[in-house]
Amino acid sequence: MAKFVSAEVMTSWQEQTRHVAHGIRCRVLQVTIEHNGGYLSQACSSADILATLYTRVMRLGPSQGPLIPRPYPGAPGPQNPASFNGRIYNGPTAPDLDRFILSPSHYALALYATLVETGRLAPEGLEQFNRDGSSVEMIGAEHSPGIEIAGGSFGQALAQAAGIAMARKLHAETGCVYVFMSDGEFQEGQTWETLLTAAFHKVDNLRVYVDVNGQQVDGRMDRVMNLEPIQAKLEAFGMQVVRVNGHDVAALAEAIEHHGPGRPLIVLAYTQPSRGIALMQERGPNLHYIRFRDEAERQRYRDHLRAMHAREA
Amino acid sequence: MEILSQVHAANLVRWAKDKPEVLVLSGDLTAPTEAHLFRDAYPDRFFSMGLTEQNFMSVAAGLAREGFVPLVHTFGVFMYRRALDQIAISIAYPSLRVRMFGFLPGVTTPGGVTHQAIDDIAVLRGLPNLTLLECADATETASVLDAIHPLPGPVYVRMIRGDSVRLFPADEPLRVGQARVLSREGEITVFSSGACTEEALKARTLLAARGVALRHLHVSTLKPFDDPRLLEAAAQARRGLITMENHTILGGLGTATAELIAAHGLGVRLARLGIRDQFLHGASKPYLMREYGLDARALVRQVEALLHTDFAIGEDELAAVALGAAHSTAVA
Repeated sequence: MAKFVSAEVMTSWQEQTRHVAHGIRCRVLQVTIEHNGGYLSQACSSADILATLYTRVMRLGPSQGPLIPRPYPGAPGPQNPASFNGRIYNGPTAPDLDRFILSPSHYALALYATLVETGRLAPEGLEQFNRDGSSVEMIGAEHSPGIEIAGGSFGQALAQAAGIAMARKLHAETGCVYVFMSDGEFQEGQTWETLLTAAFHKVDNLRVYVDVNGQQVDGRMDRVMNLEPIQAKLEAFGMQVVRVNGHDVAALAEAIEHHGPGRPLIVLAYTQPSRGIALMQERGPNLHYIRFRDEAERQRYRDHLRAMHAREA
Repeated sequence: MEILSQVHAANLVRWAKDKPEVLVLSGDLTAPTEAHLFRDAYPDRFFSMGLTEQNFMSVAAGLAREGFVPLVHTFGVFMYRRALDQIAISIAYPSLRVRMFGFLPGVTTPGGVTHQAIDDIAVLRGLPNLTLLECADATETASVLDAIHPLPGPVYVRMIRGDSVRLFPADEPLRVGQARVLSREGEITVFSSGACTEEALKARTLLAARGVALRHLHVSTLKPFDDPRLLEAAAQARRGLITMENHTILGGLGTATAELIAAHGLGVRLARLGIRDQFLHGASKPYLMREYGLDARALVRQVEALLHTDFAIGEDELAAVALGAAHSTAVA
């Protein structure tokens, strides 16, 4: 089903994972072109992280979700029996399986593309992206494919993931809780409250991958509200920190091998927001949401996508 | 009247004994929220969360997602003011079984503006899925855990601590969604909640001696506000309806009652006693209740205004009024 398993042409898992990452960038660019707008830079920076998590790092069961996502079922909760949770696309919950929590829901499209590239969602599922009445929302919530928690209000998903991880320890479950975060979320006070808590309560089944792309809505983070040195801050808060090149799939995968007991693991994945679509550099420094200035610019991205597809072939 | 001490502290330990799914999260206010006996009895189910309110509201949500029932203990202000977005998005939106115990409602603390929850109901009423309760006495404090445990969604309780009076018989527990009908006679209806119910009972005693009866309901469920007893009593308020709450009159019991009256076209005159769109300051409960018009005196004066009568109830009488237990006329 998924292209990355065709082992005749793929010689290593690294190549397969890079192929998935390339597919994520292509799909997100395609949707951005079709909709004349999208969170494109986030896909460029995070594609290798998401691809590595889904193909190499996390232990997930097969998707329980329909290949074509169901429409928006109404708000979640016991008052709405029709509601469902997007985590079904990450497989069943089981004591020994991992959980995935996407924190910045603005990365939803990158995640949907990841689900497509790993065979958990049909390519046609993306046609529902940002359509009225669809669950495949632009900034996803917990009914959206792959999304367990509405993370659009930053800082809350990590704390909820910590709660889930604490509960899993109480239940003596062996699986980990993986959280994908962006660096901008570390400007939120709640994030640091949670790190304090996770260290104090020794939540060592929590593993956080951070897309350190240095970007936020107003532009470069070091011009908006500088966060560096992040590693020193996190270590001072009791985290085990591994710093990697966020486009090096082998380094991203190896990061968890260093995780010892007693502390959460934070993988700082340093990335480039225009990785794979260098064209975007012209639009810097504000890359948060890409909307083409005119048809000519849109055409240049179409040409770029064509070139990317050709490279794929 | 019977006064009981630390009702919640002991009840929590007893009640949680056979409920392994129940956890307590405390925001560095363990003894001040009477969670210390639980901490000592069940250390594995107690989580010290420090001063990380935004964090622990969301952590509670995560624990609830995995089947636990976290009881969050701190002062109300530090939940609904500091962590409103977390209550909305982490807890209310997914409708999780998180129980928030908001201590120090309004005048019940001398802690001043930073500690007095004067607008928690107003702030939280707009959140879907949330059930809002207020405890008024030892009976309600001792029965609220049982009352809310079956609820599938989140609950916020305005909670009292320390010495509490017993207004209602111990065998008439708090029931979610049911007002207590304390009196069925009179052309004026009173809806009271929390600390104001004791004052309303005092006022009724004084007015009864003047031959004036008040139809009186005690409201412990502030949301949902759909108890037919309330509508019935509002419809019978021929000379007016008075609400009385230890909360701003904007967005609490008074407002909910106004909505009820308007929605049913009752055309009943409404007087709202409560905090009149202002902040309080640090002082004793009796002082604050008198100063801000939440006491028996305020209700007496309001009844006099509605009836255009001066009952000549003096300060000595107001000071001396004593109460018997308030038996509900309702049949459970």
